[in-house]
Amino acid sequence: MMLIQSGAALEQARSAILQARQGREVEILVCAGTGCLAHGSEQVATAIRAEMERAGLAGNVRFFTKKTGCHGFCEKGPLVVIQPTGTFYVKVKPIDAEAIVARTVLKGEVIEKLTYRDPNSKKRLPSYHDIDFYARQQRLALRNIGRIDPAEIEDAIASGAYTSLGKVLATMTPEQVIAEVERSGLRGRGGGGFPTGRKWRTCRKVPMTPRYIICNSDEGDPGAFMDRSIDEGDPHSVLEGMIIGAYAIEAHQGYIYVREEYPLAIKHLRRAIEQAREAGLLGPNILGSGFAFDLEIARGGGAFVCGESSALMKSVGGEVGEPRAKYVHSVVRGVHDHPTVLNNVETFACIPWIFEHGAEAFAAIGTKKSPGTKVFSLVGKVKNTGLVEVPMGVSLREVIFGVGGGILDDRAFKGVQTGGPSGGCLPASMLDEPVDFDTLTDKGSMMGSGGMIVMDDRTCMVDVARYFLRFLSDESCGKCLPCREGVKQLLHIVEQIGDGNGQPGDIERIEALGDVVARASLCGLGKSAPNPVLSTVRFFRSEYETHIRDHKCPAGVCRKLTTFEISAEKCTGCMVCLRACPADAIVGTKKEAHVIVQDKCTQCGACRTVCKFDAVLTA
Amino acid sequence: MDEARVQPAAVDLTAVDAILDRHARAKSALIHILQDVQAELHYLPKQAVEHVSSALGVPFSKAFAVATFYKSFSLEPRGDIVLRICTGTACHIRGAQVLVDEAVETLGVKPGKTTADLKFTVETVNCVGACAMAPVVQAGERYLGNLKPGELGKFIRAAKAPKKGEAGS
Repeated sequence: MMLIQSGAALEQARSAILQARQGREVEILVCAGTGCLAHGSEQVATAIRAEMERAGLAGNVRFFTKKTGCHGFCEKGPLVVIQPTGTFYVKVKPIDAEAIVARTVLKGEVIEKLTYRDPNSKKRLPSYHDIDFYARQQRLALRNIGRIDPAEIEDAIASGAYTSLGKVLATMTPEQVIAEVERSGLRGRGGGGFPTGRKWRTCRKVPMTPRYIICNSDEGDPGAFMDRSIDEGDPHSVLEGMIIGAYAIEAHQGYIYVREEYPLAIKHLRRAIEQAREAGLLGPNILGSGFAFDLEIARGGGAFVCGESSALMKSVGGEVGEPRAKYVHSVVRGVHDHPTVLNNVETFACIPWIFEHGAEAFAAIGTKKSPGTKVFSLVGKVKNTGLVEVPMGVSLREVIFGVGGGILDDRAFKGVQTGGPSGGCLPASMLDEPVDFDTLTDKGSMMGSGGMIVMDDRTCMVDVARYFLRFLSDESCGKCLPCREGVKQLLHIVEQIGDGNGQPGDIERIEALGDVVARASLCGLGKSAPNPVLSTVRFFRSEYETHIRDHKCPAGVCRKLTTFEISAEKCTGCMVCLRACPADAIVGTKKEAHVIVQDKCTQCGACRTVCKFDAVLTA
Repeated sequence: MDEARVQPAAVDLTAVDAILDRHARAKSALIHILQDVQAELHYLPKQAVEHVSSALGVPFSKAFAVATFYKSFSLEPRGDIVLRICTGTACHIRGAQVLVDEAVETLGVKPGKTTADLKFTVETVNCVGACAMAPVVQAGERYLGNLKPGELGKFIRAAKAPKKGEAGS
């Protein structure tokens, strides 16, 4: 990309790119997000390119193949979309390339067997416009993901990237930029929901320079991958949002703090930064405006606590990531002890949209107090797993049963966990509650960064609480006592309950101790650490009581409280469980009912997972 | 930390020096430097951490604190193939524990440990962000998704077989 020296030149560059593409009729989009790559999409892309070449279409301007970011429907990968028809193919294999080129690309036919089959209606749906998973979404932060090639800045520019930046630099003062963000009502997407505009204004008012801006992409919440997907699939939207933010607070240096567990995100961000520098969109004189700003990537080291602002900033400075008490906020004294704005990836990705469409357009989406959209990673025991973006305020039911298509294997819905280790589990009675920052907090959970883990009747809530407490006790940095010791004791009590050693009064002890940890801990990690256990106690109290009183795990998960048996009536003798058993504890012959040898059984539940006939029972 | 594995006697510090230079020997780049050293040597040998701390003028205690605080650092040599079993929430409720059991059973080492032949390291990781393919294991650069009971054991046995050039690629 050549150097672009003004907003007008940027528009010219865009026109030139679009001009060069005139005549492009068919685009073949191969998803190259982490999920699809794992399913082999790289080989699919190679096969399609080879097939195009064989058909004499390589270099033909009418046809274009590109690798895009995540389409969000990772479970069905590798995904291939053929535009402009939106023909949507799932689980594509390299061997399908020939048919795709010969039939779909050249003749416009739909290959039935590659289309998506709706799990509820059992109908084949040829275009992604017909699929509930997509049709019910409103993609704003994810606007370009799956459409553009994240490795090519030209493609991003052709889709409108950096237009907002051009407009901001040419026509707006930093004050006006902040006022516009305030008017939009945008709140931090990382979980806290703090108004972004107010954060920027506070930082700008601090009379100390230099100021810094940081993008928090330390997506540590297990079960969440929104940030990874945006970093990988549309890194320029993050960069553009950051540059606009930097202009607003007059920062000249920024950092993107990314988890090391996300190698592809790091690669794409690095490349995007290099390309933006070459084009003059980062550097000493951005778009000829005289504004200087540059970015560095800081890789996280696998510490959950580093998602906390003060810990993250210490980590950027090369130190151990321990939080500090925030009598002085990090907007005032942040990285290198200077004023710092820290926003999440998704927050930054919303910024260019706001300046392109206007603050009012953003505020018109969602609810009054939580405007805009939110990206969720809808995972767990749900039919359509993947990334979804919906307006704030839709109901949990719409997300899980509308977009998500309902519960896997049509089992019963039990609860949904939102907000990761800081959030909680909400029961079926809350399904019609709107999803927004304030409602979720009111109900004892939290929006968090947007993980939404769906649980069915085979999920044990004591186990879920134990899981999060183990996670938090492991990730507690150890600096303050309430978190370090309190979480450990909470874990101890819950482990005892799960092992069948629960005592009357344990539930009350959990509530009392949880209250202390929440009040007395130093940072957000500790303050919110009791949420998962307290919310399960609140909404699934009887399940705890059954564990304590009857020494039973109703969901059949807690190993010491469960025995597995095979129903002789339901068992078809298919041998699947027998092969899956890691302990060789199942005996039987083909077409005859199998039996579990209890002495050998480790209660891992593998047999129940693989059985297609519901023949494995728990007691 | 259990008793450390016998460390190779000599560690090539020229690579470490190159990494130090690339980061202009800046104190604030301590984490980055250690990450790059680990990427180069697959673990952090004591000598390398000592070298980094003296080159940056950072007390050894501080370099050691950083090297032990962050989970991605290892003070012990690691195997050719690092199996990172994701135990994120989505993987947990879809059966990650079965995968941990399978890996431990097949390789005879606990999570965090490396087999004696330095071929495999078993690790658990909080979330690799591939939740839609739960349960997931990252084997080197590869992601193994939607694993059913038995499949990880099969993968390990196949990777153990002495074929050339398939290690974790």
